Amino acid sequence: MFYREAGQFKSSYKEDQAVFPILQDRVGVGLMLLVAFIGIPLLTSEYFISAIMTPFLILALAAIGLNILTGYAGQISLGTGGFMAVGAFAAYKFATFSIAIGGAETTIPLVVTILLAGVVAALVGVMFGIPSLRIKGFYLAVATLAAQFFIEWVLVKFGWFTNYSPSGIITAPPLEVMGYLFDSPGEKYIFTLSFVAVMALAAKNLVRSHIGRGWMAIRDMDIAAEIIGFRPLHTKLSAFAVSSFFCGVAGALWAFVHLGTVEPEAFGINRSFAILFMVIIGGMGSIIGSFIGAAFITLLPIFLSNVPPMIGWDIGVDMISHMEFMIFGALIIFFLIVEPHGLARLWSIGKEKLRSWPFPY
Amino acid sequence: MEDIIFELQFFLEVLISGLLTGSLYSLVALGFVLIFKASGVFNFAQGAMMLFAALSLVGFQELLGVHWTVAFVMAIAVMVLLAWCVEKFVLGKLVNQEPIILFMATIGITFFLDGFGQTLWGSDIKVMDVGLPTGSFDMGGIFIDKLELVAGFTAGALVLALALFFNKTKIGRALRAVADDHQAALSVGISLRTIWIIVWSVAGLVGLVAGIMWGSKLGVQFSLTLLALKALPVLILGGFTSIPGAIVGGLIIGSGEKLAEIYIGPFVGGAIENWFAYMLAMVFLLFRPQGLFGEKIIERV
Amino acid sequence: MVENTVKPGEILLSVEDISLSFGAVRAISEVSFDIKKGEVRAIIGPNGAGKTSMLNCINGFYHPQQGTITYKGITRSAMKPYEAAAQGIARTFQNVALFKGMSTLDNIMTGRNLKMKSGILASTLWWGKAQKEEMEHRRFVEDIIDFLEIEAIRKTPVGRLPYGLQKRVELGRALAAEPELLLLDEPMAGMNLEEKQDMCRFILDVNDEFGTTICLIEHDMGVVMDISDRVMVLDYGGKIGDGVPDEVRNDQNVIDAYLGGGH
Repeated sequence: MFYREAGQFKSSYKEDQAVFPILQDRVGVGLMLLVAFIGIPLLTSEYFISAIMTPFLILALAAIGLNILTGYAGQISLGTGGFMAVGAFAAYKFATFSIAIGGAETTIPLVVTILLAGVVAALVGVMFGIPSLRIKGFYLAVATLAAQFFIEWVLVKFGWFTNYSPSGIITAPPLEVMGYLFDSPGEKYIFTLSFVAVMALAAKNLVRSHIGRGWMAIRDMDIAAEIIGFRPLHTKLSAFAVSSFFCGVAGALWAFVHLGTVEPEAFGINRSFAILFMVIIGGMGSIIGSFIGAAFITLLPIFLSNVPPMIGWDIGVDMISHMEFMIFGALIIFFLIVEPHGLARLWSIGKEKLRSWPFPY
Repeated sequence: MEDIIFELQFFLEVLISGLLTGSLYSLVALGFVLIFKASGVFNFAQGAMMLFAALSLVGFQELLGVHWTVAFVMAIAVMVLLAWCVEKFVLGKLVNQEPIILFMATIGITFFLDGFGQTLWGSDIKVMDVGLPTGSFDMGGIFIDKLELVAGFTAGALVLALALFFNKTKIGRALRAVADDHQAALSVGISLRTIWIIVWSVAGLVGLVAGIMWGSKLGVQFSLTLLALKALPVLILGGFTSIPGAIVGGLIIGSGEKLAEIYIGPFVGGAIENWFAYMLAMVFLLFRPQGLFGEKIIERV
Repeated sequence: MVENTVKPGEILLSVEDISLSFGAVRAISEVSFDIKKGEVRAIIGPNGAGKTSMLNCINGFYHPQQGTITYKGITRSAMKPYEAAAQGIARTFQNVALFKGMSTLDNIMTGRNLKMKSGILASTLWWGKAQKEEMEHRRFVEDIIDFLEIEAIRKTPVGRLPYGLQKRVELGRALAAEPELLLLDEPMAGMNLEEKQDMCRFILDVNDEFGTTICLIEHDMGVVMDISDRVMVLDYGGKIGDGVPDEVRNDQNVIDAYLGGGH
């Protein structure tokens, strides 16, 4: 009833191609940002913010990264965890380097450090993306596994990356931006949220630009894409670069904001799978879907470990983790069969229905 | 002089051990190839199937106290049932979907099976006891692991059996027909459903054999699924559709990895076994995207 | 690269003595022909005669083992398809090769890709130059949408469109590149009479209004003889006839090939 676009005429292509062409959507997104920036930090508990919201946002960012590569450009990757690790350790190296050259003071601003880490991840991503020019589909999946295992190994084996920490664990420096210390869970959450919000918008802009169309063209039919003039080299490698940049920043945030101390195992093959699942369940080729998928995968384990005891069903921790596996597996299959475009598609179907409500058509 | 002989013996020992381990990779890769050939599905779940089969076998042995041969037969029944379920609930519903979707569905199967197997049979490491020999024997100064030798022979026998099955039996020929062209096979009255169930059952059987070998070697445990991932580079070397390719690829990966660990490993900090196979495969791909035995693809528009 | 301009009536593309084989299969053997600027050139022949392979050679998708292709006065040995696109060769495909996950508008916009220059950073901002560029090209694409009369399906994912409309969108995508040479691979296959008439109209309009040179493969003889200026006939990879429609229609070799008389 209230979700109507009648009477909203677009008088320019610019208006027609806005991210949210419908007024109600703009209001909705504004409200959501308001809630995210002000409502959540004020109204919810520290546990909710630090154990659910912050990791959810960071994983959503990684999922956007993978979605760019797999959902938009159609290049499947099982190496997301590896690229996140690159981001985390690059950020660590930049941060400690910046402290080292400045005496005890950081000379490179933190935000720059994190972005630089993303750039390093992008470079590594491009390196492992080169095989994608010759190989496709499953073959590429294997090549990205090479990235995953190789990166993990390098980070464990070479002390330089951890500044020769004997345990192989790195500790992130305090989060200080322009003299302000982001210390409490609420502040850290705001820090993450700002990053994620800006980057999500950037991703949205990118995928609707000619660069994003190139990715989708390569995904849908690579031969035709080449014949109408997309250079496979540029298109694929730019997808790898941008995707890895996002994953790298997510990795840096994961290390600096969420965990504080990290070892390479935090970015193992299971992390890669978890993020792939977020993309499949949320919706391939959808930015909003990356958020929905991340929320789903983050919340499910919490749901599983809290709900059975609540209804008086006591199952062991082991069992919960096995059930998680089963449910994830079954859900993946369910979504691929019933709605290959994921929850994001259900979301947009819902919106369409709402548009004509209360009439069926 | 003595040094050289010793070096050579050591080299041979590493090589042979690598080759034999490689044949274990081949066993896993075989399962992949079977399914890919017959249905075009890249079955990521082959490793999970292997673990599930081995878990079932050991589980039946423990639970019912039966002889391992009885448990073996029961495990086969479980794998056939699994194949039926996969066809009924997953593949049958995804007919005509893109290969990449099917691939992801098998990742779903992987996770489901991993969770399901451990829910049923528990997650502690189990001993696989089917009377395979252990220890090693000395052959002219070269020590050879008995279990690995058995695994090598089993892999060889399995390939021979499969070759006979594909070339001499009616079902085998039907399978090959389906592999060549789904639609044409349908039109001459071959039921795709049955074929898929058969082929997944055979892959399950291959998985069971592989699981027995790996289980005897390392114990039946969750980490076997990670080892099964090693079958992927094997496939890349050998090509997705070639049974001999799976064998040769396995041997190359197995021996290459062991030799690299011994001779290159010390210079870069060791433990390169984790990634060497993938890197080898990736570099190889750059030069020969279709694998050693795969057919060259002519692209059309 | 030297930009040569070719005047109407002069030879735009000439194919000399090219042969193409896949292993033992010979797809094209020693065929020479040319396309003049501004004409509608048809290639006909029975199935498997090597027509599509010929188009694939022209736009660099296949590389003939022998012979040369000269386009706008530049002779080339091997080139990549995207290089051909950059030189002004666009095409459509026998089996519609649209980007199924994208809308009609986006599909046609992809045809403009070679003319869009803004980089990744500028595109993430969606501000200033990048936006202005996007809007300019959108305007151009809207003209094509109007021309092809597909306004109503602008935002529909092309996977959901009926076949005839898909073919039209594909033509739109090729036109968006403002090609000098447009290769059409069976643009009317599988269409009903009315759709064929529409398509003929579009082809002739493109030829007339934009002066685009067109090379098309088609099975419907009526259509071919009607709209093309010159026709080349291929059979078993070899050229068996070439000339204006009337000549070709009466050529004994061609009649044999089509009626099976010679075999």
